[in-house]
Amino acid sequence: MLLSQNEETIVALATPGGIGAISVIRVSGPESFRAIDNIFSGKQKLVNSTTHTIHYGKIYSVDKELVDDVLISIFRSPNSYTGEDSVEISTHGSPYIVQRIIEIILSQNVRLADPGEFTRRAFLNGRIDLAQAEAVADVINSNTEASLRGARNQLDGLLSQKVDSLREKLINTSSLIELELDFSEEDLEFLSYEEVEKRIKEIIQELDFLISSYSFGRVLKDGVNVALVGEPNVGKSSLLNYLLKEARAIVSEIPGTTRDIIREELVIDGILFRLYDTAGLRFTEDLIEKEGVFRSKEAVRNADLVLFMNDVISGFSENLWIELKSITDPERILKVVNKIDLRNPQKDLFDVGISAKTGEGIELLFQALKTKALGTKTYSEKSAVVSNIRHFNALENAKENLTTALSSINQKLSGEFVSVDLRNAESALGEIIGKVTSEDILNNIFSKFCIGK
Amino acid sequence: MKKFDIIIVGGGHAGIEAALSAAQMGCSVAIVTMDISAFGRMSCNPAIGGSAKGHLVFEIDALGGFMGLIADKSGIQFRTLNKSKGPAVWAGRSQNDRKIYSEIALEYVINSKNIEIIEDSITAAIEENKKIIGVKTLKGNEIRCKALIVCSGTFLNGLMHTGLSSTKGGRFGEQPSEGLTKSIVDMGFESGRLKTGTPPRLNKKTINWKILEEQPGDIPPIPFSKKTSAENFPYLPQVSCHITYTDQSVHKILEKGFDRSPLFTGLIGGTGPRYCPSIEDKIVRFSDKERHQLFLEPEGLDSELIYINGFSTSLPADIQFEALRKIKGLEEVEMIRPGYAVEYDYFPPYQVDLTLETKIIEGLYFAGQINGTSGYEEAAAQGIVAGINAALKIQKRPEFVLKRSEAYIGVLIDDLVGKSTNEPYRMFTSRAEHRLLLRQDNADRRLMKYGFEFGLISNEMYNELEEREVLISKSKNVIKQTKIIPKQINSYLNSVQTPHLDNSESIEKIVKRPEVGLKSVLNAAENNSVVIDELLNDPKALEQVEIEIKYDGYIQRQMELISKMERNEDILIPLNFNYTRLKSISTEGREKLSKVKPRSIGQAARISGVTPSDISVLLVYLKS
Repeated sequence: MLLSQNEETIVALATPGGIGAISVIRVSGPESFRAIDNIFSGKQKLVNSTTHTIHYGKIYSVDKELVDDVLISIFRSPNSYTGEDSVEISTHGSPYIVQRIIEIILSQNVRLADPGEFTRRAFLNGRIDLAQAEAVADVINSNTEASLRGARNQLDGLLSQKVDSLREKLINTSSLIELELDFSEEDLEFLSYEEVEKRIKEIIQELDFLISSYSFGRVLKDGVNVALVGEPNVGKSSLLNYLLKEARAIVSEIPGTTRDIIREELVIDGILFRLYDTAGLRFTEDLIEKEGVFRSKEAVRNADLVLFMNDVISGFSENLWIELKSITDPERILKVVNKIDLRNPQKDLFDVGISAKTGEGIELLFQALKTKALGTKTYSEKSAVVSNIRHFNALENAKENLTTALSSINQKLSGEFVSVDLRNAESALGEIIGKVTSEDILNNIFSKFCIGK
Repeated sequence: MKKFDIIIVGGGHAGIEAALSAAQMGCSVAIVTMDISAFGRMSCNPAIGGSAKGHLVFEIDALGGFMGLIADKSGIQFRTLNKSKGPAVWAGRSQNDRKIYSEIALEYVINSKNIEIIEDSITAAIEENKKIIGVKTLKGNEIRCKALIVCSGTFLNGLMHTGLSSTKGGRFGEQPSEGLTKSIVDMGFESGRLKTGTPPRLNKKTINWKILEEQPGDIPPIPFSKKTSAENFPYLPQVSCHITYTDQSVHKILEKGFDRSPLFTGLIGGTGPRYCPSIEDKIVRFSDKERHQLFLEPEGLDSELIYINGFSTSLPADIQFEALRKIKGLEEVEMIRPGYAVEYDYFPPYQVDLTLETKIIEGLYFAGQINGTSGYEEAAAQGIVAGINAALKIQKRPEFVLKRSEAYIGVLIDDLVGKSTNEPYRMFTSRAEHRLLLRQDNADRRLMKYGFEFGLISNEMYNELEEREVLISKSKNVIKQTKIIPKQINSYLNSVQTPHLDNSESIEKIVKRPEVGLKSVLNAAENNSVVIDELLNDPKALEQVEIEIKYDGYIQRQMELISKMERNEDILIPLNFNYTRLKSISTEGREKLSKVKPRSIGQAARISGVTPSDISVLLVYLKS
């Protein structure tokens, strides 16, 4: 009998986001086959298929729109990762497609898996052993969409260490505040508020560094979506063709899932860039092109970066620039001018000049893309980097609490008030590494201070 | 054969509260004590309260207990600790006349209906089908009962150490209780050994008081109990304590005795409290500290004895004496009796439930040091909970369990059961995650309803509380809705050095500023509402309203952290849940869970050794 028999059916991305042509979405629970049958069209219904078989077919949205061609593996209970009926959907590795498919599955009375839930179910149903489960428990609030099979990466280990040490610093500071509250009668030197303030600020500074590493970490993990935008004939296709033919960086060409958008992937210094070209894309009120306009705006809105292409002949397209600025942050826009083999560009208007014909400036374009994506801060392989949204939120939360603690200190409020926010911050950090205990502070006090009048 | 509803072993702080609460609830109670004159004896320091302990005394009082009253009537110094900080950590502390404390405690018990005091010692508990039915005494009697509350303090196989010599006994000059531990162990309980210590007692007349730093009490003194009337308080003349310090020369002498220390030579096996180490422990563990602070506390108005707080020791008496004489002010001191350490049996408290009834024997309750706590206040708190629950059970009424969010008492018992201490447990404010809510000033608002329900709080007192509650809530509404104009308030704001107003502002918002007092604002506002007039005439209500407005934001944020936890309190684990079925839980987690048998996921999560992943597995299992 399955311990988790009456569980709901759950879904999540099972492969780590990032470089790779394929992503796997896992669905587990009693309703798995029924849910996927509703949105999948293949040769036969999954409910009628035998376990450990692979099925080719198409996923459609609720309004019958084709989303992607997929391969589906089915696993019948108890012979699956979780021990329950499970479906694994291999899709093209685009975050956009993955997101769409998960959304569609969620509409089938399936819910998003909690952190570590696949593993907990696997564990409960005796599919994995204690050691494996303990390893997962360490990252229980972290990147649990990634499957247990995905090894914990180096970055996560460094992050845990870093967060642990910050939490320790916080506990030390909290201890000093608690000391004054519970042991005010003792002959001890209590910490001055200036010192507490200084320590909190130091912790905030380190948190800031981690928080700002998120854009870097996310880029490393998930890659960068770049929308290629420009007036007709400025050379967008030429650029793509050039990359396709010449650049060593190209890894694959995947036809878009819609007719209007073509996607290219390229890797620059280990970072995946996905270029979305919106062929014939223009900002217009023309009714026939309205659908295309809608898609293009969406593409720009969703992109991490916009490669705004111009050419030396027509010069800077002021109209398009104004339009772009209205739908995305100008900081995300890279202003590129093409055809510099024909004429010298007006340098101060553009970030980079290239020639898609001769390849001149392409290397500079790569560097510019990289800088835009990563920011100017540098992270060595030894820095802890945040790449998970949950970690990022927890760190933001911790920082917010510490900032409130500082304001309590500035108002000269006594320790028990400062402590409220310090504890919230500590709990936020604890969530990242899975540590929560109120005894830590007292233990710390007893080990460091001579208590006992 | 004599028969009672409830027999209580021991007339200490736990036993007294247990007896008085159960007797008032209508049960027939017998207290068995070896020495009637030792009733409510303060075995260690002659003081009640202190940080977090004061909170416990207020809570006991709100439930209808007597510790606060006895402390008020026998108090010879009252201070509120942490007065410079916020109200959540204000804590009452009193110095008490040891003899008078004991006499008043005895008087309350003698005057109570339904209580019989029996001078004897219990040597065995008797059970039948896992249910308590009576006790056997040293004098050879058998007494029948429906419930037995064991409040044995340090007496179970008590062994006192001074230097390398040890004496059987629970306290100086008193016999130990032998046999009872064995009879309880035979029922299937696990026992352990703890240690605590006490400092030497000095002769008051031989101390050079003139050269010592004086520590007087507060003026005016603030009582613990709501039942203490302002007119008669304080009941006794008030005295000061004095402060002195050890120095390197004192430490050197103490070190000479280390080879005869029962602590360092391994003679003492029991675990002592880290927060209350002996002086020899302090010297060794904090060797860089040049001096240690000592408080000279009078044991009573007429007493010759001075208690030297901070100098707890089990070193040989000759060393104690020699070292004392090196201390400033004690150059000519006479040591009336040496300090000693005492080892005693306790029963690791995972074996009791949140009602303090043991999990395996029905009708058997443990309260106080037997559960591994230290301190009079911790003992008394458990005493009242055990007494109330024993009575409720006999009367077939629902049990009484306080939540962590309601009371320090709730925190105390939840910690005991869940963490199953292996060092003497003392309360600290930092143990309470709801610290800003669990204040002394609102103990009555939090807990009096229970005392009233059990008949331990009078109608009159409870009505007064309810009326005030109405006033508080009405006032808060008015204050929220009333605006004050700059003209009315700016001169006051200037006087407390906070920015003036340009536009009208709600009173509530202004009062949130740390420098601003509610009373001053209300006076300045010249509001003619009846509610506000009434509020200004009720300082207790005014205080509550002010605290709630001022700290609202913090309390909200504290609640945020807690609310995550609270959800888990509502997920109950079935009684006798079989953890061995869950192959996937860690070995240590399974062991601890099986031992403690937590009632809820919340309680389970607080058990040390139970990991977050264990909890997740448990949660998933319970859901299915």
